[in-house]
Amino acid sequence: MQKLPPLSAEQIGIFLEATLEAEFSFLRLDDLIADIAPLPRAQQDYLLDWIKRISTTNIEIAYQFAGRAVSLLDKLDRRVLETWALTAMDTYDRTGLRDALLVIRNVEQFVHSSEIRTAGTVFEDVSGILLTFVHGLSGRKLKLEQADAPFTDSETLFLPAVISWMSTVEDNFSLAKAMVAFQWAQTRFGSFRADLHEALADYPDQTHALNCFFALETLRLEACLARELPGLTRDMLRLKQQSGSAALTPVWQAFEIRLAHPDTSVETSLACVAEAYPHPAPQPVCYQGELRPDIVAGVLAARLEREKMLLRVKLSELVDDLHKQQDETEKKPPVFNLKPPEEGNTPQIDQFEITLNDMPIAPPDDVRQLITSIKLDLGDIPPEYLTPAGDGEYDPRLYQDEARDPDDVWQGTYHEDGAFLYPEWDCGRKHYRKNWCVLREKDVRPAEPGYVKDVLARYGGLVKHLRKTFEAMRDENRMEKRQVQGDEVDIDALVEALADARDGSEMSDRLFTRMHRSERNIAVMFMIDMSGSTKGWINDAEREALVLLAEALEVLGDRYAIYGFSGITRKRCEIFRIKRFDEPYTPEVKARIAGITPQEYTRMGVAIRHLSKLLMEVEARTKLLITLSDGKPDDYFDVYRGQYGIEDTRQSLIEARRAGIHPFCITIDREAKAYLPHMYGAANYIEIDDVKKLPLKAADIYRKLTT
Amino acid sequence: MNARTLNPESNFIEREPYYEPVGGEIAIFEAAYANRLPVLLKGPTGCGKTRFMEYMAWRLKRPLITVSCHDDLTASDLVGRYLVKGGETCWVDGPLARAVRSGAICYLDEIVEARKDTMVVIHPLADDRRALPMEKLGLILEANDDFCLAISYNPGYQSVLKDLKQSTRQRFVALEFDYPNASLEAKIVATEGRVDAALAERLVKFAQMTRNLKGSGLEEGASTRLLIHAGKLIANGVPPVVACRSAIAQAITDDAEMLAAVQELSSSLF
Repeated sequence: MQKLPPLSAEQIGIFLEATLEAEFSFLRLDDLIADIAPLPRAQQDYLLDWIKRISTTNIEIAYQFAGRAVSLLDKLDRRVLETWALTAMDTYDRTGLRDALLVIRNVEQFVHSSEIRTAGTVFEDVSGILLTFVHGLSGRKLKLEQADAPFTDSETLFLPAVISWMSTVEDNFSLAKAMVAFQWAQTRFGSFRADLHEALADYPDQTHALNCFFALETLRLEACLARELPGLTRDMLRLKQQSGSAALTPVWQAFEIRLAHPDTSVETSLACVAEAYPHPAPQPVCYQGELRPDIVAGVLAARLEREKMLLRVKLSELVDDLHKQQDETEKKPPVFNLKPPEEGNTPQIDQFEITLNDMPIAPPDDVRQLITSIKLDLGDIPPEYLTPAGDGEYDPRLYQDEARDPDDVWQGTYHEDGAFLYPEWDCGRKHYRKNWCVLREKDVRPAEPGYVKDVLARYGGLVKHLRKTFEAMRDENRMEKRQVQGDEVDIDALVEALADARDGSEMSDRLFTRMHRSERNIAVMFMIDMSGSTKGWINDAEREALVLLAEALEVLGDRYAIYGFSGITRKRCEIFRIKRFDEPYTPEVKARIAGITPQEYTRMGVAIRHLSKLLMEVEARTKLLITLSDGKPDDYFDVYRGQYGIEDTRQSLIEARRAGIHPFCITIDREAKAYLPHMYGAANYIEIDDVKKLPLKAADIYRKLTT
Repeated sequence: MNARTLNPESNFIEREPYYEPVGGEIAIFEAAYANRLPVLLKGPTGCGKTRFMEYMAWRLKRPLITVSCHDDLTASDLVGRYLVKGGETCWVDGPLARAVRSGAICYLDEIVEARKDTMVVIHPLADDRRALPMEKLGLILEANDDFCLAISYNPGYQSVLKDLKQSTRQRFVALEFDYPNASLEAKIVATEGRVDAALAERLVKFAQMTRNLKGSGLEEGASTRLLIHAGKLIANGVPPVVACRSAIAQAITDDAEMLAAVQELSSSLF
């Protein structure tokens, strides 16, 4: 490779002036140019490329980055340097310029924390595994979240963002796992079944009393864990040794032995507090975390109230269901009872039998979950919990999740609530912008279902033709002759073979017929442009094309879904449901097709990402994403209008292709040749020069695509 | 040593298969058999359906003809077909026809996997007609009095396309199978996997942990069969954590994160 000479100061100056818009931003470039000029060409190129990439996001960040990066080029790994720049841009996207500049300025801190991160366990990386781990352990479905310190509120387990107390990644992960298991043990073995406030109220030094209690309870839980999860206990012992925990004093060793007995409960630990109080509490062990009784008490009280209500409501629903199946005469006042399983030497908390009027019943999973959760809190189920709720005893609003009207949520302050967040490709940055687009699914307001009938009448001849063509396409069963194996003897082949045999030539072994049945296994997603520009005849053509397509697909039996897309700005992207995959072609769907109306703009990337996600959930051998569109990606006064939008759309299509989806675009934009091949690939689009032909051609295109 | 070959009709189960009853299934099957009613076994994979059939065949002293259904299995595969032998065609009975003639127990495993046309063949056999129409011969084969039809299916992982039709399922006496309760399952694992009771109990506990994950990323928890596999590996000297990984974790999922989590569970337990 030819080695290029370094850029001169003048060349660098021109580049930086253009990139950082020195004319308007009045940034002083002299020092920067003087710093960059002596560098070798490769470093110059690397640096200038990144300055340019950052400048597409913000010029000030790019300038500050440039000022600091020159001196760091030799010191830092390229990867760290790039992460630093990307973090700054992400911060800018999220919280604005001030915070982004802080990231740039505090580069030392960033480098330090990234060093910690390389050896430490980062919450985001392990939360998935640990959450599944905890769910496997039985008991309540716990949640896992990030907080300032490891502790649990009895419903959610909290871990710090980074765990780096140990020296290796493996040990830090073991520590995180031990923390999670220890918090789980607190909920599983009833650490919160006692009112700590009351029990410890008499001690003059509350903090010391609480520390003593927690140390005692830790000893008890360690013994429980040793019985339940011996493998984990081995890890925990190792961690304790490595973190240099001091050995227990003889007083505490005595407690350890006493609390190791299988019959102990939180009461035993509490009873020991009085004896332990005069002695100093042992050093907390590394995975013990914190105990926050006030938070637990609040969560516990709310949960008990809620679960009592839920259980009673569910039980009354169970009774109602049962009564429906029975005759009037069989109705008795329902009496629920709970008993442990008949056999089994180790009673598990989630194994029990429920009886209704002495008949065992199989409770649904949610009831089972509820009972388990209540048993964890109280140790047993009080009888009043097992009384079915009377009519109107509880306000249904308390236990029913109300589906909020998406339109209301849109208008509110928390309009990102429950919406889908998608990244977007920034071509200038050559990187994604995280959670950039806010997307919501909405329903199309249905119009007259009679519309479909009118369209079909208008295209009478064509519809007949379509039906015929698509019927012929149905890959129906056919008889395959001359097979080696099959259901029946192929007499023709046999006669021939016998004749061959007589006259001395080789006899064929292909003597059977076989029914060949093959199923078309295609799922197709139609993505309909509902932007404002489709108003008028384009919209009409789209709707008519959909009617004819639906007609053809119904004959063919392929699975299909229809969704429209539109929106205004990245904060309000909208997907309009017209037909889901699992929905039959009902009059409502027809009414929704009729009701497709032009909306706002065309931010295509996010729509493709969302619909690809839906398409990926369908099981099919071939997955097609067909876009009906009238022009370039575009959004309200946004960079999306130009290169940026095209590049993002292209990127989203690449993602779709990677997931095994075949994208295809039908467009009526005459200029499409300028950008569609770049987005969809040379052969994956078709341009229709006359809008009126769209309905005629769409079905035909589909036929060609799938045969 | 030569492998033994058997005619399906003479596939008598000679030694008593190990089977632990979980409820009244043996009595129900016997009653159904006495009244010539067909039986449907449903339940998750690896919970002992096939073993139960072997046990019943041994108990009733009838040969057992098992057909594992697959998506290319046609009616002719069950009933029979013409073959060409020395310039002439000759009829060869399929497994179902052989069972009907000889009065064997015919067990169609995972029936929903088979093609739709096979159902048509078993319908007349499954009601009071007890006859097998042999379309290609133009004959109707009446079932031997000892003949018994049993089918199995797993309601857990059924796709919409592969559901047992009402017209089929309403002909059968249904027996539901599930994983046995913890202590019984431990006993089964200990006996079949040749491990001690304490280890069997741990294995069962591990299985329950994976079953807790059903629905949150796992399609199906570890079956009793997998536990026995793991037990056998451990009895042969494989360390428990490794045995759980090879025999259980890798068998139930391919998802890397789920695998890691299941792995953490087993390493905590052993």
